[in-house]
Amino acid sequence: MRAFTVSDLNSALRAHLEDEGLFFDIWLLAEVVEFRRYPSGHCYFTLKDEHASIRAVLWRSKAEQIVALPANGEAVLAHGRIGFYEARGELQFVVDQIVPAGVGLINAQLEHLRARLEAEGLFDERRKRPLPVLPRRIGIVTSLQAAALQDMLTILRRRYPLAEVILSPCLVQGELAPASIVAALRRAYAEPLDVIILARGGGASDDLSAFNDEQVVRTVAASPVPIITGVGHETDTTLVDAVADVRAPTPSAAAELVAPPLADLRQRITELRERAEVALLTGIDAQRSEVARQRLLLQRHHPRRRLDAARQTIDDLMLRLDRAFSRWLQLERTRLHGLHSRLNTLSPQATLARGYAIAQRTDGRVITDSSQVQTGERIALTLRAGIVHATVESTNE
Amino acid sequence: MSEPNPVEQYERLLAELQQIVERLERGELSLAEALHLYERGAELAAICQQLLDMAELRVRQIADV
Repeated sequence: MRAFTVSDLNSALRAHLEDEGLFFDIWLLAEVVEFRRYPSGHCYFTLKDEHASIRAVLWRSKAEQIVALPANGEAVLAHGRIGFYEARGELQFVVDQIVPAGVGLINAQLEHLRARLEAEGLFDERRKRPLPVLPRRIGIVTSLQAAALQDMLTILRRRYPLAEVILSPCLVQGELAPASIVAALRRAYAEPLDVIILARGGGASDDLSAFNDEQVVRTVAASPVPIITGVGHETDTTLVDAVADVRAPTPSAAAELVAPPLADLRQRITELRERAEVALLTGIDAQRSEVARQRLLLQRHHPRRRLDAARQTIDDLMLRLDRAFSRWLQLERTRLHGLHSRLNTLSPQATLARGYAIAQRTDGRVITDSSQVQTGERIALTLRAGIVHATVESTNE
Repeated sequence: MSEPNPVEQYERLLAELQQIVERLERGELSLAEALHLYERGAELAAICQQLLDMAELRVRQIADV
């Protein structure tokens, strides 16, 4: 018989306890005592019932995720695994989730699963896809028995009869429901769908467990197309709701979200037709003003316009002619006046003004020599002003 | 599956109608073109309405429970 070292033994015990996986996923209903939180953040305590107890540890990383740490004396539901502390040869329960026992095991399990899936990012808002505006093929995964199915079909018929519905039936309650839902979803995924409704529809039972099943939740998360849930009543929220792209409170609400109301589609067509009409009339108006513009251009080139222009040229020339002529007339007048003045200075009148007189015979000849007249002959003497008639009395040589 | 899907038909016609309206609204068309487009648009609108009037929800079940 060979002797083990303590280290060897503890190591073997640890391997046996931890590697077999037998104590990996355990829920304990227990009372908390000797709860201590160390400065390191790790929590050490004991879980016990009337007859037995076990040391427990809650590592800081997990402790930080727990909303309310337990107090001494509190009844709790703790989830965890068995660990073996080799250095001391001590067995301990390594806790990763702990909730007040009042919550109940099912709820505690649910919260545990929710936390796990959330940590994986399955509920991320960024994962959510919008529903298609005009779905061609709508998949419905639900029970054939539920009134919910008829409600949904009625709504789709009324609001959006253009679509094709692909119905993938399943069980929605009972032990077989999760596997049935997973299979029905997978069958739906194999079809070319645009959107899937996963519905349960109120029903008599309040059993929503199938919609909190991990496999179902993961299958919903893997949907190739947007998936909308309509599970149960408004107050119930399941993990499937949290993982779906859109959550509707009821199957009917889900159908309504998926189907655009026909009235809206009609309205859209009417609007488009009206826009076309307005655009056409606007176009015709534009043509009309183009015609008016062209007519204006045409008028600009009318022959009358040239005639008018010619007429204007003539008027212009006439005016210039008039002006030239009057200027010429003015010049002539001035010249004439000058000549007239010069003429005046040369006229005998000026001589007469100085007191001389012009003597003329009755025949008009000017007398410049006394021999030209005889005694008794009548002559005229022209003065500056007036004429004197005289008779020659005598003449001298 | 091979029969024409009414939603696809509707979407195609509606898209064409929308394009026509946009072209009309952009202007830049001859009167003849505009009138022609308008006629086509009115026709499309009527077909779309008719599609909605005539449509009947088709339901197909892919497996038994």
